Amino acid sequence: MRITCPHCGPRGNDEFTVLGAADPVRPGPDAPLAGWVAYVHERENLRGSHRELWHHQAGCRAWLVVERDTWTHAVIAVRAAREAEQAP
Amino acid sequence: MNAPQRPAAGPASLSRPEAPTQRWRLKQGGLIDRGQALSFRFDGRRMTGHPGDTLASALLANGVHLVGRSFKYHRPRGILSAGPEEPNALVELRGGARREPNTRATQVELFEGLEARSQNRWPSLRFDLAAVNGLAAPLLAAGFYYKTFMWPAAFWEKLYEPFIRRAAGLGRAPGSADPDQYERSHLHCDVLVVGGGAAGLMAALAAGRAGARVVLLEEDCALGGRLLSESESVDDRPAAEWLNGMAAELASLPGVRVMLRTSAFGLLDGGVVAALERVSDHLPLPPPHLPRQRYWKIFARRVVLAAGAIERPVVFGGNDRPGVMLAGAVRSYLNRYAVLPGRRAVVFCGGDEGWRSVADLAASGARIEAVVDARPEVPQAQAQLAARLGVRLVAGGRVLGTQGRSRVASVRFADAQGREEDVGADLLAVSGGWNPSLHLSCHLGGRPRWDERIHAFVPGDLPPGMGVAGAAGGQFTTHAALAEGAREGVAAARDCGFPTNGPDIPRAEDAPRELVPLFHVPHGRGKAFVDYQHDVTDKDVALAHREGFRSVEHLKRYTTLGMATDQGKTANVTGLAVMANITGLGIPGTGTTTARPPWTPVSIGAIAGPHRGKRFRPARRTPLHDWEAAHGASFVEVGLWYRAQWYARPGEAGWRDSVDREALAVRAGAGVCDVSTLGKIEVTGPDAAALLDLAYANSISNLAVGRVRYGLMLREDGFVMDDGTVARLAPDRFFVTTTTVNAGKVMQHLEFCHQVLRPHLDVSLLSVTDAWAQVSIAGPNARKILEAALDPGTDLSNAALPHMACTEVSIGGVPTRLYRLSFSGELAYELGVPADYGEATMGLLMERGAPFGLTPYGTEALGVLRIEKGHPAGGELNGQTTARDLGLGKMVSQRKDCIGRRLAERPALIDPMRPVLVGLKPADGSAPIRAGSHLYAPGAETHTANGLGYVTSACFSPTLGHPIALAVLADGAARVGQRIRVLDPVRNGDVEAEVCSPVFVDPEGGRPRG
Repeated sequence: MRITCPHCGPRGNDEFTVLGAADPVRPGPDAPLAGWVAYVHERENLRGSHRELWHHQAGCRAWLVVERDTWTHAVIAVRAAREAEQAP
Repeated sequence: MNAPQRPAAGPASLSRPEAPTQRWRLKQGGLIDRGQALSFRFDGRRMTGHPGDTLASALLANGVHLVGRSFKYHRPRGILSAGPEEPNALVELRGGARREPNTRATQVELFEGLEARSQNRWPSLRFDLAAVNGLAAPLLAAGFYYKTFMWPAAFWEKLYEPFIRRAAGLGRAPGSADPDQYERSHLHCDVLVVGGGAAGLMAALAAGRAGARVVLLEEDCALGGRLLSESESVDDRPAAEWLNGMAAELASLPGVRVMLRTSAFGLLDGGVVAALERVSDHLPLPPPHLPRQRYWKIFARRVVLAAGAIERPVVFGGNDRPGVMLAGAVRSYLNRYAVLPGRRAVVFCGGDEGWRSVADLAASGARIEAVVDARPEVPQAQAQLAARLGVRLVAGGRVLGTQGRSRVASVRFADAQGREEDVGADLLAVSGGWNPSLHLSCHLGGRPRWDERIHAFVPGDLPPGMGVAGAAGGQFTTHAALAEGAREGVAAARDCGFPTNGPDIPRAEDAPRELVPLFHVPHGRGKAFVDYQHDVTDKDVALAHREGFRSVEHLKRYTTLGMATDQGKTANVTGLAVMANITGLGIPGTGTTTARPPWTPVSIGAIAGPHRGKRFRPARRTPLHDWEAAHGASFVEVGLWYRAQWYARPGEAGWRDSVDREALAVRAGAGVCDVSTLGKIEVTGPDAAALLDLAYANSISNLAVGRVRYGLMLREDGFVMDDGTVARLAPDRFFVTTTTVNAGKVMQHLEFCHQVLRPHLDVSLLSVTDAWAQVSIAGPNARKILEAALDPGTDLSNAALPHMACTEVSIGGVPTRLYRLSFSGELAYELGVPADYGEATMGLLMERGAPFGLTPYGTEALGVLRIEKGHPAGGELNGQTTARDLGLGKMVSQRKDCIGRRLAERPALIDPMRPVLVGLKPADGSAPIRAGSHLYAPGAETHTANGLGYVTSACFSPTLGHPIALAVLADGAARVGQRIRVLDPVRNGDVEAEVCSPVFVDPEGGRPRG
């Protein structure tokens, strides 16, 4: 599997580690406990396109949002998490 | 009759050294080097062959057809094929530590001195006692694993399993470590061509001439594929001549790399191809500095699959007897290896392909006893050939069985009218059609498609970037292979930005390939094998159907069809056809066989590559490692690090003596410990404090410059993740330490907090773990030692450098960071110098510290000191404890957001009955307490529901003179002073302990402030 790092170009997957779903948003500090439990523990098990957080651990150390097809394993899009977060 | 005579064979001839004869070698032809003889042994018998031979062809040249015994029934087996699909001719190669089981004799290139042995026979290949398994066959039928031996249960281990292990099986793994080297390597190219036959060569030529970077993989030792085995011409020249020209041109193209003896065995995600190069398998020993095998990961923009096709055997009674051979393999032995596999042959086929063997056998001097063609109407060309050769043609016939002890002696067949007849023969060439080698097209989930034209599966939807050419796509003529190869090569090159029109297509044979379905002859004589290697018969398939295992996936698992080391290359489609015949649904309606990697078995050595033994993972050594080794340190692995565990001195009887001495030296005078392995991170920038406030449970932003704070890090689910210290070097500059094992994880976590959670913060993170040699100097004399060692002018008084303060000093002129903090509970400092100065600094410290009793101590004494002091470490930070559990609940700041704060408030995590940190000491004052033991109220029944907690760390306290332990205990604070039962059922430990405060030494905490 190859991931095109926005900083380093296409690299083998052995340079990366995966964390999990990218979409859950961290609740505010005083949000109800249920929201926090959902943020930490509840995940969809999707077939198809899925946005995930990957870390270019053995590369530029950037956290990336990788959009990936869980059925074909095709990598659809890659963005740096910082930019994804700051996008309007 | 000018054919060679079969040598006299009998059990006696196996052990008797025999003159090299090669009596079955043809007088001329073949791609072998007759000028050189290679000597080899099979089951101890010495024989010769020639360079260019495989072990299989050399055995056949010496008249050896019986080469192994089958998996379950111990039936005599011979050589079925001439390639990687071989299910029968599996041998043990080499000896000792290099012994290699289940090697396909059809792929083993002959070398001088080769040693091979047959497998799964006892006491000898010819006379095998376990062949009576054939009589017990009903017990070993499909699903025997699951039913026959299940009752009574106690018999399984003692009786049934040993019997099956003895009776069934293949080769033996070597008993000692592999002495050879293996490598892993990467390769990048535009166009990867898999297969160096007619199609692959044209694809490589087309793309190579266009200027693309091309890699051509061929698993054989020579280019050519089937052209090496057929008596054909290309461009009106002998095929061998054309191949030489192609090889020369490919070698001259700078962007083309041809890799022989290299199998593409898997298509991985993203189109990465995994390949195995057998660098030295064809040599007696790997040459100096070369590996035995190399595992390649190939990154190609386009892949052309030109892997050819595999001929199918036919299921009929006795179809496994040595002497039954695929018709295409017969031509390989005749034309490529110049070996006559038999002198009286019967050919059994369902179409025109088999007739090519009729012609070649006749040309080599064999007598054709009969051609049994399943077609009722045989085309005129073949009928004419039969007439010309004077060969008996049985149109619409079928072979019912074979006879012979360890080799075919006669063949029984029936004609179109059902009249049965036996004919004497020593070779039965079989062709049931060809299955495209589409395996790579399936590895990413692609499903093959049934092609009625060739009665075989062809690649269905192709993975992105892959094209298929030639026989792999079901086009079996040489012309089609050449044309499709060129077409796919051009297309792949164009896709990579190298426009080209492609080479001219050479003239080559383009005869039609008529074929009728010929998979199975039911109701024959004797066992009819579908999967030779796993001894699965047509009756097993029928039994699976009767018992309801009708889906292809169930059929496979119930009968183990296709699950042997050959992965059913000659069995899967045939097995499906037998099942389809029973279901009446036709093959496409019955199911699809697909393929997973690897194409052929890959040795564990190749997968491991260089990563074994000491190189299994990197070893990290601290800057002080050599100093420690020179001073008697024993080392322990902590993550990747090697840490000094203790320093043995003469006269010390065991490790406890050393550890007790070191710990007491710290409490009484001073000790020095290498703490360079702690993770170290510099956090800089205007928002550094804000990021650390998020990451740590306690506040960091209110830490003054020049001060150090203990920092506690939680996971977002509220459990403790790591702890360490945070030193503020400047308003916008922090130096953070982590535990040794969590250093990488904490760095990654801080980067996550920054880039994902707080991307707007202006902060940068830098791992500086390897930049610093860091030591802890602990004990009442620590200050005096530093005063003696540091360059003059440093004020170490409590006023200038109080507990939990840091400053910059110099030692021997080297800029040094000094942190006053204590893990041992004594007056202590940590001293950080640039890594290169570590050893010199250590020498200076030891010299100046000697008068004050400075003693090096290792991780064991460090552990004793911190347990005595009740500091949580690895045993307590086990991922199941909260800050509150460890008595650190007050550290979690309620005034700010931080990772883990909210979920640490979950009701279950603040339940007063949760186990919390306590100390334990043996009630009798001496019984050792072991870490991992479980805690019960005295008198309570010892089952899980009554468990009150567990011991997290334990040691002998030299300071107190008795064992102590840290534990987490339900309602622990209320139980201080009470007795508790400490149960260690795994190691038969059962002692009573008294619950106490976890701080055993200096509970007031005055010493580090002294």
